[in-house]
Amino acid sequence: MKTQTTIGAKTVMAVTGVFLLLFVLGHMVGNLQYFAGEETLNAYAEMLQGLGPLLWIIRLSLLAIFLAHVISATTVVRRNRAARPVAYACKENLTSTFASRTMLMSGLIVGAFVIYHLLHFTVVLDANLAAIKHPEGGALDVYGMVTAAFSHGPTTLIYVIANILLALHCSHGVQSALQTFGLRSEKCAACQRLTSHAIGALILLGNLAVPLSIHFCNCRA
Amino acid sequence: MKLTLHVWRQKNASDQGRMETISADGVSPDMSFLEMLDLVNDRLEKEGVEPIAFDHDCREGICGMCSLMINGVAHGPEAGTTACQLHMRSFQDGDSIHIEPWRSRAFPVIRDLIVDRASFERIQHAGGYVSVNCGGAPDGNAVPISKIEADLAMDAAACIGCGACVASCPNGSAMLFVAAKVAQFAHLPQGQPERKKRVQAMVATMDAEGFGACSNHYECEAVCPKDIPVKFIGELNREYLRTACGD
Repeated sequence: MKTQTTIGAKTVMAVTGVFLLLFVLGHMVGNLQYFAGEETLNAYAEMLQGLGPLLWIIRLSLLAIFLAHVISATTVVRRNRAARPVAYACKENLTSTFASRTMLMSGLIVGAFVIYHLLHFTVVLDANLAAIKHPEGGALDVYGMVTAAFSHGPTTLIYVIANILLALHCSHGVQSALQTFGLRSEKCAACQRLTSHAIGALILLGNLAVPLSIHFCNCRA
Repeated sequence: MKLTLHVWRQKNASDQGRMETISADGVSPDMSFLEMLDLVNDRLEKEGVEPIAFDHDCREGICGMCSLMINGVAHGPEAGTTACQLHMRSFQDGDSIHIEPWRSRAFPVIRDLIVDRASFERIQHAGGYVSVNCGGAPDGNAVPISKIEADLAMDAAACIGCGACVASCPNGSAMLFVAAKVAQFAHLPQGQPERKKRVQAMVATMDAEGFGACSNHYECEAVCPKDIPVKFIGELNREYLRTACGD
């Protein structure tokens, strides 16, 4: 299949989008273990670190999938921009949604957020957070690091904004992928659209449950 | 009715073009949109002004020639209706109406509101046909076709190739048009011999002509005067992927 054709590029975007969505959901379930307490979350983090070379295979695969998603999106966006060189003086949007019209912007901002998030929690550029994550002579304390990070207002706000955009991106992306695979059915178009929005809402609630509960309630298990 | 028209005027393909404000007096609510333009043109001619050039032919909503972006909506405010079948009773006395040509790299403006839609013809030439054997006409009902398949083929075949889908799509995508042209044959036994070749060739030509990709906004379905559903785009994707993976 030629990936530079419109349908080819859309298919690459849809396939990689499915993998990225699965990662987002898995990541979310992993993070929700915060509510199971310090020991559970830290044990989960230790388990991931203990994967060794496998962890790096997963990380590099995700990077490749992410890049393929971005490259195919770039191909499609460039083609779409070129297809309408003169804009209308007056144009009504009848069926397109805020989410569908802002896929590029939401995608770009979420992409930038992913880099921020990796530097924040994986590389840990902040010396104070790094000291909490890797206490001298102690075991890995991801629970402590997360709790400290989301006590800070601006950090929590960045996560809230990024997750709203991620949810919007997924709420259009899921239904879009179904159509690209030719799986959208006329009979249950409404239910597929609803499912797509529900997945977006699930990601929003699931991902923001930890930061918001820490910030507003400081709920410790 | 008295209306104020904001019309795109462009002398030729190389002219930059601009919006011009033209008044329309004595418009009857029973006139079609094109008859309203005829009335305006009569006056302009009498005044020695170049009339507004626009495409039209059957004026019965079946030829696909009329191609006006009316107040930002392809073919105007009535759903499932071509501009020629749109009547002035859909507007209010004193309204301002924006009239623009289809905007797409693949549909260059020739003059005023007329665009060159030969790119659609080239897509059709690439695969929008079936091979027919020479000899006598085959007997009617010699090849049985189920009612469901026949209906699907007819739904797709309702496409009149007006280009409203391209005009309304934020990406200037021709996916709904190509989807309809591929699907009308994919559901019939006559379309089977060229099935693989057709979808590949038509999509390749669509891309070469500079149409955009589908981002699933479904603006095309909302303005299609023949109500072609976007399920055919899903079908086109399926046809394309199946043949591409089979190569």
